[in-house]
Amino acid sequence: MAGLTLRGIRKTFGDTAVLNDIDLDIADGEFLTLVGPSGCGKSTLLRIIAGLESQDSGSVSIGGTSVDHLRPHERRIAMVFQNYALYPHMSVFDNIALPLTMTRLNLFERLPLMRHLSLRRRRIMNEIAREVRAVAEQLRIESFFHRRPGQLSGGQRQRVALGRAMVRHPQAFLMDEPLSNLDAKLRVHMRGELTELHARLGATMIYVTHDQIEAMTMSDRLAVMDHGDILQLGTPADVYERPATTAVAQFIGSPAINLFQARVGPGGQVELLGRTLPIEVRNAPTPELTVGVRPEAMRIGGGPCAVTCRFRRRENLGSECILHFDLVASPEVAVLCRVDNGIPIPEGEVPLAFEPRDCHVFDNNGRRIEVESRNAAGRDLRRASEVR
Amino acid sequence: MRTSATITRPPTPVAIRMRRLVSLALVHAVLIGGAVFMLLPFVFMLTSAIKPPGEIFEATFRLWPRQFYGWQNFESALSTAPLLRFLLNGLIVCGGILVVQLLVAIPCAYALAKLKFPGRPILFSLVLLGLCIPVQAPSLPLYIAFAELGILNTYLSMMMPFFLSVFAIFLFRQFFKSYPDEIIQAARLDGVGEFEIVWRIVVPSAWPAIAAFSIFSVVAHWNDLYWPLIVVSDTKLATPPLGMMYFADSELGSNYGALAAGATIITAPLVIAFLIARRHFIAGITMTGIK
Repeated sequence: MAGLTLRGIRKTFGDTAVLNDIDLDIADGEFLTLVGPSGCGKSTLLRIIAGLESQDSGSVSIGGTSVDHLRPHERRIAMVFQNYALYPHMSVFDNIALPLTMTRLNLFERLPLMRHLSLRRRRIMNEIAREVRAVAEQLRIESFFHRRPGQLSGGQRQRVALGRAMVRHPQAFLMDEPLSNLDAKLRVHMRGELTELHARLGATMIYVTHDQIEAMTMSDRLAVMDHGDILQLGTPADVYERPATTAVAQFIGSPAINLFQARVGPGGQVELLGRTLPIEVRNAPTPELTVGVRPEAMRIGGGPCAVTCRFRRRENLGSECILHFDLVASPEVAVLCRVDNGIPIPEGEVPLAFEPRDCHVFDNNGRRIEVESRNAAGRDLRRASEVR
Repeated sequence: MRTSATITRPPTPVAIRMRRLVSLALVHAVLIGGAVFMLLPFVFMLTSAIKPPGEIFEATFRLWPRQFYGWQNFESALSTAPLLRFLLNGLIVCGGILVVQLLVAIPCAYALAKLKFPGRPILFSLVLLGLCIPVQAPSLPLYIAFAELGILNTYLSMMMPFFLSVFAIFLFRQFFKSYPDEIIQAARLDGVGEFEIVWRIVVPSAWPAIAAFSIFSVVAHWNDLYWPLIVVSDTKLATPPLGMMYFADSELGSNYGALAAGATIITAPLVIAFLIARRHFIAGITMTGIK
C-alpha cells in the first residue's frame, strides 16, 4: 500500500480542457472519493492515475516515486470498472488468476500447448490457486469458481472484479463508479461491503462516483469536481457543513440546498428580501450575495430569519417528507423544506424560518464567505464555523 | 355512416387466421421457388452421378435411375482422375490461405479498431480502397513477379496473393470495434501485452466472426479456378476445380456420369463443412458490424 501524489495534472481533448492543474495528495490507506456531475473530469483523472490515459503535463507519484514513465501494470495498481470488465470467455477462477499468471509465468509457460511441458508451471499454478482461493473466501465467491461471468448476477460479477483487483495486492485500488450498474438495494449492500473491505485491507482507495450518497457514506475525504477543477477537498462532514462554493453546496446534500439572492446592507449585515438577518459579513467583495439554507434546516414558522413562501406540493419519503414551495417575492425560486411526516400540511402563504448558523453565504462568484452570526438573543458574536 | 361502420367492424378470428395462412403460403411459395431454382443444378449433378450413360440424356428427367450405376461412375472417376490428390491440394491451399489470412488480418483489424496511432484513418481508407480492387487487376504483375522468383507451379504461388485479405481486416475491424474498451484496459492493467490481448482476450469472443469469414474464404478459394489456372500447370498440384477441368477435357470427357460423380466428390467437403458450421456461420453474419 502506498499514498499517491498528483501535481499539476492537465489534460485536454482537442480544444476542450478536461483537467486544469489538479493537485491532490492521497494518504496511505485513505478512502478518497472523486465526486461530481458527469463530464467533470473525475474518470479521466482516475485513468491518468492508472496510466490508461496520459496527462498533457503534471506528474503522478505512487509511494513517493514518479510513475509517469511506467505502463499501467507496472504502476501496481488495480482498477474496478463500472461494467466490471471481466473476461467473458474465462471462468471466475481464471479471471481472478490472470493477473498472477501474467506476472509469474513466462511467455513459454502461457502458450496453449507448450505449457504442459513445464514443470515449474505446475508448482506456480498451485501457488496461484492457493492465493485465488484466499481472496475468493474473503469475498464468498468460491462456490461459483467454474462459472463464466455471463452466468453471474451483477453483485456476483462485482465481487469477482474486486477479487481480480485484490489478488494482486496492489499499491492502490481505483474504482470507477463500481456500483452504478447495480439495483438500488444491492447498491446499499455493496456500499457497506466496500467500506468493510477498505477497513479490513487498509488499502488506499480512490473511488469515482456521481452519487453523492456513496461519496458521503464511504469516504474518508472527498474531492468535489466540476469542469476539470477540484472545487473542494475535505471530509464528508466538512464538505456538507462548510461548502466552499455554491456548486459544491448544490451538489452535496439531498434534496439540493435552497439558494436566495441577498445583499450586504450598511454595517455588513446581510439583507434577504428586505429583511435584515442577524448575520454579518466582512470583506464581501461585492454587495450581491447568495444565501444558502439546506432544506433540512428549514421549518415552518416565523422568526428573525424567515422567508414567506407559497405551498405547492408534498413528496412523501416515508419517515419524512419534502415540502415544495415558491418564494412569494419571486415565484420562480423554488424552496424545499424537509420535515417530519407528522406535521400538518400548510396551506397558502406561510413563513419558513431557519437559524442564522444554518446560513451559508457566498459572494457573487459563488465563493464562500465566512460570516459572523448573532444568536437569537443577540448577545453573542461568534464565527459560524465555531458554533458547530 | 353505415358503410364506415361496416368497414371498421373488427375481422372475425377465422378471417384473421385465413389472412395469416394466405400470407404464410405466399412467402413460402416464393422461398420454395427460389430454393428449387438454386438447388436444381445440384440435384441434376447428384442424379447424373448414379445414372448409366444412356439415361443421362433421356428426354424425361427422373430423380432415381432405372438402373443404379453409382458404383461404376464413382469408381471410374476415382480411378481415372487423382481426385483424392485434388482434394488434398484443395485442403492444403485453402487451409494455408485461411491460417495466414487470420494471423495477419486479426492483429491488423485490432490495431485499426482499438489502438490510437497517427495515420490510422488513412490506413483504414486504404483497406476500404483495397476492397474495391478485383483479383484479376494485379494478376499480371503478380505472375511476372512469381516467375522472376521462380515459384510458379508451387503451393506457395497459389496461396500468396490471398494472404492479405482486406475483406477480413474490414470484417474483423467492425467486429472488434464493438468489443468493450474496459476489458482491454483491464487486461492492460493486469499486465497482458497487446499481442496477448488480441489472441487471449479478444479472439475467443470473435469466434462467430472468424467462423463466418472462414466459410467465405474457404468457399472462395476451394472453388477458385482462375488463379490456380494461371500459376499451376502441374496436375499433381491442381486444386479440385482445376483438376476437374483437366480431366473433363481428356479421359473423362465423354463420360458424364463419371464427371458428375467427380464433381460430387469435390463439392462434398464444402457442403458437409457448411452443414456442420451452419449455426456459427449464421450467428457470425448477424453479429458482425455489417448490418
